[in-house]
Amino acid sequence: MITDAIIANSPALLVMIPLIAAFACPFIGRISPAVRNIWVVGAMVLTAAMALLLAGEVFSSGTVVYTFGASAPGMSVPPDSGGIPVRIVFTVDAMSALMQIIGAITGLSIVLYSIAGDRRHTGLESYYTLYLLMIAGVMGMVSTGDLFNFFVFLEILSISSAGLIAYRIDRGVAVEAAVKYFVLSTIGAMVILVAIGIFYGEYDALNIAVIASRMQFTLLDQVALVLMIAALGMKCGAVPMHFWTPDAYSMAPSSITAMLVVASQASLYGLFRVVFTLYNVTLNAATVGWIIIVLGVLSMVVGVTMAIPQKDVKRLMAYHAISQTGYMLLGVGVGLAVLGNQSLLDAFGYVAMEGGIFHIINHAMYKGLLFLTAGAIFYRIGTRNLNRMGGLGHNMKYTMVFFVIGALAIAGIPPFNGFASKLMIYESVFMFNPILSIIAMVVSILTLASFVKVFHSIFMGPRLPEYADVKEAPAPMLIGMGILAAVVVLFGLFPGVVVDHLIEPAAQALVNQGAYISAVMGGA
Amino acid sequence: MLVFGTIPYLVIVALAVIGLATAALKRNLIKIFLGITIFESAINLFLVSLGYRDGAVAPIFTDAPSTEMVMATPQALTLTSIVIGVATTALLLSFAVLIWKHYGTVDTDKIRRLKE
Repeated sequence: MITDAIIANSPALLVMIPLIAAFACPFIGRISPAVRNIWVVGAMVLTAAMALLLAGEVFSSGTVVYTFGASAPGMSVPPDSGGIPVRIVFTVDAMSALMQIIGAITGLSIVLYSIAGDRRHTGLESYYTLYLLMIAGVMGMVSTGDLFNFFVFLEILSISSAGLIAYRIDRGVAVEAAVKYFVLSTIGAMVILVAIGIFYGEYDALNIAVIASRMQFTLLDQVALVLMIAALGMKCGAVPMHFWTPDAYSMAPSSITAMLVVASQASLYGLFRVVFTLYNVTLNAATVGWIIIVLGVLSMVVGVTMAIPQKDVKRLMAYHAISQTGYMLLGVGVGLAVLGNQSLLDAFGYVAMEGGIFHIINHAMYKGLLFLTAGAIFYRIGTRNLNRMGGLGHNMKYTMVFFVIGALAIAGIPPFNGFASKLMIYESVFMFNPILSIIAMVVSILTLASFVKVFHSIFMGPRLPEYADVKEAPAPMLIGMGILAAVVVLFGLFPGVVVDHLIEPAAQALVNQGAYISAVMGGA
Repeated sequence: MLVFGTIPYLVIVALAVIGLATAALKRNLIKIFLGITIFESAINLFLVSLGYRDGAVAPIFTDAPSTEMVMATPQALTLTSIVIGVATTALLLSFAVLIWKHYGTVDTDKIRRLKE
């Protein structure tokens, strides 16, 4: 009875739980820090449970539609409305469910890590409030089926992220990074709002399914498409709109950086949702596909070449994050470029998209893991400068193991998850255009080279006198990293299972626009 | 031909250009933030103009005359967007306060510790 009600309302609860928990957090924090920690972890566990429950529902019985304020959640089109969904509708298909799983797993491990890793800071009530708001923002962005609602969650996400980037003021430097991030993302969000206004003016609707079903691809739609791609591409940190990423990623607390990776991917999800669900075959798929491919290749190359000379370990990882985003754009871009051509899509398009989407989840796991290890090192020795590190492998063995797992995964070495998704991208992209595939492989080799250097300068070498009595990171931090490392290894060992059960439905959901529309509009 | 209906859109474009230009060209943080606020106002105006229907009435059903009614969605969007704008401005200004405290200036040319 009660479980049925929870399952039926899980899309709403997914956003509600973190929102309520966030705003209650400052009050709960007044009781005692221990109670607050339990509250935050409890809220995050519940949210993750809701996400997994909902994802299970989506993967077993298809798209879940949840209408706010309707007499029954599935009734997205009220009988007296003339066939238009007037209410806010959450449309959770396989792609959304995949993003929710990413948010749930990383969100949970980051909270566990944060409880130990950030406990020395002040103002933790606000920290966790903003953190839970970020979770709510990500979950809302990937679940919503309403464009304006998407904008609102995007703003919730960027306001809370900006607050958290500036959280460790750090003589004003972190604030500087936050200003940079927030000015850009505010303008980006406003640009998205212009595009939403254009859609509303043209099609009298805000629901993605309705707009998709009425899409004409007029000149105005093209303008809106350009605005959307520019703004969301900026938010996901693709070159040439990437310059906020290294600053924001390196100045935020490490746990938040790991969450920022997920936040960028929520924007990436938005980009894919707009291109595939909103426009699909109406747009000139080859042209837009190539634009996304070019963005992807630029991100890969520029990201990795900028990463190599960096001395700040988190800045280096941030440039690698840009470079990895390029792989996702490349894979999905190739899928988009052959959209509408069923034989090419079957030959390599689907595999390329699956590789790109698989890389999203893999990237969130190993990149989150790498940022968390960087945070653990910073927690113990208080510097991010690679030149001042060395010999930490003697004292921080577990952290070293986690770092190695993350580094090998990002470089695409078997048997870790990065290899599985990169192999899919290489193979399929090679059939589309061999040069792109070769670039992708070269970038991977450079990534490996860069991480070998980082590994060497952090962990190898003799025990340095100033770090002689450095201790291993505290247990909760290790548990947080351990969850992510376990996922990295498991996905790498059994990629087939993951691809069949999670990734393929997600790729199908993106390509199959009709299913998305009929899920909301009711078979029309 | 310049009809009455196009005037709001001209104002919107002008405001948006002023806002973006201020945000992009000025070096004073406060002025950049002002530019962003102007840009936000332009977009709010855009949303409201979209919802304007000449001669239509507000969608209140009690004793409504049988003419066209305005769909209230754009107004609702604008309200939400204004609220978000307030939150944004508040956060930006608090950043400006922090920058002033730690750097003693709001000139973006002098706020460059990140690069070092």
